[in-house]
Amino acid sequence: MIAEITLAHYLTVAAILFVFGVFGIFINRKNVITILMSIELILLSVSINLVAFSAYSSDLSGQIFSLFILTVAAAEAAIGLAILVVYFRNRGSISVEDINVMKG
Amino acid sequence: MEFSQLTFSAALPEFILIALALVMVLVAAFARQTQTEEHGTIKLVRTLSLLGYFAAFLAVFSVPDGRIVLFNDLFAVNDLVIYMKGLILVGAFFASWLVSEQWGEGIDRAEFHLLVLMAVIGMLLMVSANDLISLYMALELQSLPLYVVAAMRTSSLKSSEAGLKYFLLGALSSGLLLYGASLVYGFSGSTNFDAIASSLSGGASVGMVVGMVFLISGLAFKISAAPFHMWTPDVYEGAPTPVTALFAIVPKVAGMTLLMNVTYSAFGNITDQWAQILIALSVASMIVGATGAIMQQNIKRMLAYSSIAHMGYALAGLAAGTSEGASAVVIYMTTYVFMGAAAFGVIMTMRREGTPVEKISDLSGLSATHPLLAAAMMIVMFSMAGIPPLAGFFGKWYVFLAAVNAGLIPLAVIGVLTSVIGAFYYLRIIRLMYFQDSDAPLDEGLSHQNRMVLVVSIGFLLLFFFGIGALSQQATSIVSVYF
Repeated sequence: MIAEITLAHYLTVAAILFVFGVFGIFINRKNVITILMSIELILLSVSINLVAFSAYSSDLSGQIFSLFILTVAAAEAAIGLAILVVYFRNRGSISVEDINVMKG
Repeated sequence: MEFSQLTFSAALPEFILIALALVMVLVAAFARQTQTEEHGTIKLVRTLSLLGYFAAFLAVFSVPDGRIVLFNDLFAVNDLVIYMKGLILVGAFFASWLVSEQWGEGIDRAEFHLLVLMAVIGMLLMVSANDLISLYMALELQSLPLYVVAAMRTSSLKSSEAGLKYFLLGALSSGLLLYGASLVYGFSGSTNFDAIASSLSGGASVGMVVGMVFLISGLAFKISAAPFHMWTPDVYEGAPTPVTALFAIVPKVAGMTLLMNVTYSAFGNITDQWAQILIALSVASMIVGATGAIMQQNIKRMLAYSSIAHMGYALAGLAAGTSEGASAVVIYMTTYVFMGAAAFGVIMTMRREGTPVEKISDLSGLSATHPLLAAAMMIVMFSMAGIPPLAGFFGKWYVFLAAVNAGLIPLAVIGVLTSVIGAFYYLRIIRLMYFQDSDAPLDEGLSHQNRMVLVVSIGFLLLFFFGIGALSQQATSIVSVYF
């Protein structure tokens, strides 16, 4: 017998992805591209959450919300990469350990 | 959705600025080809954006009173929102006015004013947000241009590092906010604030509370409340000074208003749940702000910690959860805008042989060489430290009064203790200016716009106590929409 996939399963997957994303940002010591990927992971986990809630409560606004998130994520990645290119030109490295000119 | 006269007048400030942003894109693109001098284009674009803020400020007065909900319930205006929009536009006007077209530091290009204008549109939409979707879209419209302006000085390592740090932490905070928003949507069944509020009339489920905590954490990042303040000192220090001035004056007002909107209108039925979070944020911000600033050598970095502390005091008013607390926040944010404008009005005149300097020790002996500037800085510092009868004192007074009346006596005690610690570093600047000799005086000459901003904001700080009665009545009446 195969158990049915319920809302809780989707939420668990989304929660695990979200935690991976957050840890990817804080534990990662290598390079900034990994952080950008972690941010995408967080946004995708949110989209899974929204779509799952939307499907289970028969309300469309969650799916619309996830479309907006995809759009904004693209703009955000574009701006992030642009800033990263400017940073690389000045520093010659995109290693997380090297982002330390100002201590904060 | 019908597009009526009402729609038009209620969202008029946004319509004006959006139309202007479209025009400015074209102006910036075409003027460069015809104008021989780069300064001409910048001057034109800067003048246009200043006119836009002024026109939008006038349009704020034409917004009808009372609560109006527009655009399929995505957008709402009420008296508090209208007041805060006015305040944001005043702050944006000051911040843009302070930037002369010859400032340098990589921001002497037309795109700077365009990006700032778009961020301001984002802020106006943000305070009007009445739905999780419009909240997120407006927040990103505000954040994305601000990431770019922080990194605007492309040849400087510090500026690009500031931009990168701001972007990474800002994107993380948006992620937290969205995760919270998704849970709130799931457990309430709607993204609309009014629907969320009515779903909470019988108390909140665990999932709802978790979602709310994430949502508030994301917003706390945007107003740089501790423990989500890590980006603030680095971004303030690394960004070009006019950009720091913008960060210090405007986005905090919008963020605080959004936080008020979310807590009072969407989560108004579960005050005791979010009040605890805000108390924790407030205590942490006050302590971090007061202790972090003591050892700083860079004045922009010091003001970053000072703004963290200010957010802590404002959050103390919000945490009270009463009408008195909300009106205290309105008063506090009003004084905050003028203190920020005045402080940066002074800092942006600090130049030695034409190059901007930003060490605290560069201010030493200022009273001998620039007596008026030193007096202005002294007034700002006394006001920030909360010395009566200046504006900053009344802001703190109302906040702590609201906290005490709501039974949050420990919070008020911590607030008073941290303002005493805070007074130490504000007074240190005054000591340097008045009792220390300088080896290399700063340049002479105060630009026209700096003088005007200083006159207006210092005048406001000095004469504030004449208007405090009227302002406090006004604040009480505009926050009554939530109670």
